[in-house]
Amino acid sequence: MSHSEPAQKGLYGQALRMALRKCDPRSLIANPVIFVTALVAAMTSVLALRDLFTGAPHAGVSLQIAAWLWICVLFSNFAEALAEGRGRARADALRATRTQTMVQLLADPEDDAPRAVPSDQLKPGDLLRVGPGDLIPTDAEAVKGVASVDESAITGESAPVIREAGGDRSSLTGGTRIVSDSLVIRIVAAPGQSFLDRMIAMVEGAERQRTPNEIALNILLAGLSLIFLIVTVTLEPFARSAGLVIPVVTLGALFVTLIPTTIGGLLSAIGIAGMDRLVKANVIARSGRAVEAAGDVDTLLLDKTGTITFGNRMADAFLPAAGVPERALIEAAHLASLSDETPEGKSIVTLARERLPELAQDLPKGTPVPFTAQTRLSGLDLPERALRKGAVDAVERLTGAALEPALKRAVEEIARSGGTPLLVAEDTRVLGAIHLKDVIKPGVRARFAELRAMGIRTVMITGDNPLTAAAIAAEAGVDDFLAEATPEMKLDYIRREQSGGRLVAMCGDGSNDAPALAQADVGVAMNAGTPAAKEAANLVDLDSDPTKLIEIVMVGKQLLISRGALTTFSIANDVAKYFAILPAIFVAAYPGLGGLNIMHLHSPESAILSAVIFNALILVALIPLALRGVGYVPASAAALLRRNLSLYGLGGLIVPFIGIKAIDLAITALGLA
Amino acid sequence: MSTLASLALFLGVLSLGGWALSGYMTRIYEGRRVWLSPVVAPLERALMRLAGPRASAPQGWRAYALSAVIFNAAGALLLFALLRLQGHLPFNPAGLPGLSAPLAFNTAISFVTNTNWQAYSGEAQLSLLSQMLGLTVQNFASAATGMAVGIAVIRGFAGTAGRTDLGNFWQDLLRGILYVLLPMSVVLALLLVAEGVPQVLAGAVHATTLSGADQWIARGPVASQVAIKQLGTNGGGFFGVNGAHPFENPTVASDMVQTLAILLIPVAFCFVFGRMAGDRRQGRAIFAAMGLLFVAGLAVILWAELQPNALIGAGAGLEGKEERFGPVLSALWAAATTAASNGSVNAMHDSFQPLSGLIMLINMQLGEVIFGGVGSGLYGMLLYVVLAVFLAGLMVGRTPEYLGRKIEGREVTLAMLAFLSMPLGILGGAALSVMVPQAAASAQATGPHGLSETLYAYSSAVANNGSAFGGWNAGTPWQETALGLLMLLGRYAILVPVLAIAGSLAAKPRAAVTAGSFPTHGPLFVVLLILTVLILGALTFFPVLALGPLAEQAALAAGQAY
Repeated sequence: MSHSEPAQKGLYGQALRMALRKCDPRSLIANPVIFVTALVAAMTSVLALRDLFTGAPHAGVSLQIAAWLWICVLFSNFAEALAEGRGRARADALRATRTQTMVQLLADPEDDAPRAVPSDQLKPGDLLRVGPGDLIPTDAEAVKGVASVDESAITGESAPVIREAGGDRSSLTGGTRIVSDSLVIRIVAAPGQSFLDRMIAMVEGAERQRTPNEIALNILLAGLSLIFLIVTVTLEPFARSAGLVIPVVTLGALFVTLIPTTIGGLLSAIGIAGMDRLVKANVIARSGRAVEAAGDVDTLLLDKTGTITFGNRMADAFLPAAGVPERALIEAAHLASLSDETPEGKSIVTLARERLPELAQDLPKGTPVPFTAQTRLSGLDLPERALRKGAVDAVERLTGAALEPALKRAVEEIARSGGTPLLVAEDTRVLGAIHLKDVIKPGVRARFAELRAMGIRTVMITGDNPLTAAAIAAEAGVDDFLAEATPEMKLDYIRREQSGGRLVAMCGDGSNDAPALAQADVGVAMNAGTPAAKEAANLVDLDSDPTKLIEIVMVGKQLLISRGALTTFSIANDVAKYFAILPAIFVAAYPGLGGLNIMHLHSPESAILSAVIFNALILVALIPLALRGVGYVPASAAALLRRNLSLYGLGGLIVPFIGIKAIDLAITALGLA
Repeated sequence: MSTLASLALFLGVLSLGGWALSGYMTRIYEGRRVWLSPVVAPLERALMRLAGPRASAPQGWRAYALSAVIFNAAGALLLFALLRLQGHLPFNPAGLPGLSAPLAFNTAISFVTNTNWQAYSGEAQLSLLSQMLGLTVQNFASAATGMAVGIAVIRGFAGTAGRTDLGNFWQDLLRGILYVLLPMSVVLALLLVAEGVPQVLAGAVHATTLSGADQWIARGPVASQVAIKQLGTNGGGFFGVNGAHPFENPTVASDMVQTLAILLIPVAFCFVFGRMAGDRRQGRAIFAAMGLLFVAGLAVILWAELQPNALIGAGAGLEGKEERFGPVLSALWAAATTAASNGSVNAMHDSFQPLSGLIMLINMQLGEVIFGGVGSGLYGMLLYVVLAVFLAGLMVGRTPEYLGRKIEGREVTLAMLAFLSMPLGILGGAALSVMVPQAAASAQATGPHGLSETLYAYSSAVANNGSAFGGWNAGTPWQETALGLLMLLGRYAILVPVLAIAGSLAAKPRAAVTAGSFPTHGPLFVVLLILTVLILGALTFFPVLALGPLAEQAALAAGQAY
């Protein structure tokens, strides 16, 4: 979805208004770190105003500290509001499809006298008749008929899809529209609880549940805040015993700069933005837990068709029989496939014309012979000869003779390599074989290598025989394969992996996938799939694209990395802040401690103010990173750790030294402290 | 150069000795046969039979923690009663009266928590019965408790999947005493006797000095008590001046042997962890992190003590040190005892340079995790490991896991809870102590040095170290009570949550190790762990350390002493 410029501006304005509204203590309390920051900001404001009226020294600095503390709170709210706002535009679009209509309620599937009722009164189990132009009021399942359905409101895909009773394409999503024909449907979700509603709730962040790692991180941040509270509160009596009175504003500033405000302020924005990335990929998560679990996955079960290979086999080579010129074979194969509309047939024509471009020029007139289940052959009858192509046994039946040994070997070789041999015959003479091959999608092999580097095993699931499966598996570079896979085998495989301590993700669509989807730690159902499959899965892909599984894993990992990176950065920042503020506080009592002022900050006031300003600005500066997610290159955990630890750990140590020094120079030049 | 070479030799012997001991200890706690079994096993069986069959059943973390707490509570009550009533009990040749309630409370807690903080003066206030039945028993019992809990925590962290119990406290306790502490104490005591440490039951001898004055020279079963005080990271000496006394620590050899004994079992625990985890690299990583922190601290102390005094401008500081040990062995001892939760001293820490005091304070304030107490050092370090793994583990894009077990909300909550006890106890306790006038009087020096003294006392108590800076009056009701309570906090507010973490981890399935798993054995993890210890542990105390030893050091450099 692209935003126009004014829309983007509106988003910021709205987020800013929301940020102010989120200053309500009742909403702030959900984030302990930012809540205490707001408390200190309030306290500092009161003290600064008092100083201003009593004319105490440095009231101006106190006032500035208070202002920067408030900026910290505001921008934390702003980040969260911005993350929510990005989803809201999409939610509004979705909500527009949720209009109330009158629907045709049936007593039973054969009922000819439907009753008109408002769509918001539907309940699960109700039967409806829907015809061309009708909106599907809520999630339903087709029980009778076939129809084409426009799902663009949900998936953004404009081409209509077929939905029919029975089988794996019976599921209808609320908000989609019938294009042609009519269906009897059974309601499966009460209005307000459909996928659409869940998706709206999710993108708006209204029903956002905190994920397990987020909860744990929040506890850690709260614990650290408590430790720093002890540090600052006890510092007062220690300093007093040294004959030093530290102003409360200074203690407040020290406290806020030490507690992890950066990650505390951005934590929920990171979570919402992560979910938003999923929504952008057209995936609905039924729980936040599933997204995190996706990051933890060790084994991916991938369907061969659609994920690893294009759905169809394609002609790859022509193998003439002994004594047949290759040209004759290609010519015959070309003619025999001319009227074949299947992808395989078309691919033979394409390959033939690639080899002999002149074939396209003069096409002889003949009678097409379509494929029938009886002959299992197709071809073209020309006046003087009959051309046929078909499976090996079908052609053998036609010619009534066994294949010559050389060709037989070639045919077996094709099968062994994972391909499908087709034979071409002229009358009863076999001209040769065509090698039909499963074509691996470009880039798949590299992708799997990446996954392997990340420690994720890929397993190909296919209905092919083990020989074919092994050949494709080797070519695609998967780690394992499951040939002639049945739902039970998938379930067993998942259980076996799990008992070895591995987390498994899979995608599926049919009802018979439901048990495996439920057993998998991350189950992605295709939106086109059956309600049973969708119910069993914890993620639903609205585009019904099985490749999405890999993307989901990446989103999950990026979400966790973003949190960890910003937490590490935030905590590492404390070192520089200590070196800025402590000498400033202590130098009055112990001039020797001025030696700790390794940044050579201008004055105690400028040092404290610089640390507070840096603390606020770094939060603002990291908002884009929080919303976008930190950069993620697939690699092993060791490599990722090395990279992120040096980037965010070492960076977190060094950056504030430079930042605080720069701010100190600036505010000194401006005469602010 | 010979100093460096001998220190390197010391560290080498320590590492190898710890490694060798770890194999023996692993076999013992796993219930396998060792060469001592023919002698000890019948005794162990007899004692366990006496306790009944239920006493050796596997325990979950709750039962394990409860057993440990009950055992220690009973020990503390018994010791308290003994100290209060010693005036009415036998083996009191000097007719000493019972201790005051606060002092008896402080001493009882001190010995039960393996702190061995001595607010009393041994020769002057304790009867022989109190010394032998009270303190010596607890020297073994508190050390064996720490070791048992350490082993239970290892089982939880590193045990095989499907085993959710942490072992049996009573069995682990007994094994620690019978197979490890007793035999090693005997060997060490014999070595010390060979170096001239007395081991007699006779009383003091009379001597007439050269100037003709009468002198009573105290002696007694010194070697045996010194042996267990070092091996069990206890530290409560036979004599008031502890390891500086020529009868406790007569020679350079006895000094080196004792320094080794202090660190030996804590070092072995790192390797036991690796062995029981079935991945020795894990133990070596923790050992490396502890070892590097130890060497860094030792280097600073050595440097500070070998510097010419800033005020006098010449000579390495020998004030408060024994001539026979000199600055190097005194520095090594100071580094080893403060790192390893052993309260013994062979020199007066009060007289060390401020920077040395800084390192000693940090060693303790980290929670005694640089080797630390027997058992407790390892489980304290594992808390940092949990936090390090959680923080950095997220950065590899997975739910953080350690040894295949996920670190989740429950573990983080418990770790933070345990983690709070150091700042709360040390900073909170010391802050109260400087605020309340009757407590503030304990600090006898003024300025930053006075703060260092108070800070040292509270760090020593909360971290269960027990060593004293000197020059600070611990014998007031306020300090006796406050420090007693904080020793409890420092021991059990960590011990119980760590056992809970171990129990929680034990119940989790163990994930397979893949290239996507967070590596916890390499140099990178060692660096990460050290940084976590320094940033989360030491940085917390940076402000108050700036006001104490750092301010003193800065003043010293400017020519001012406190």
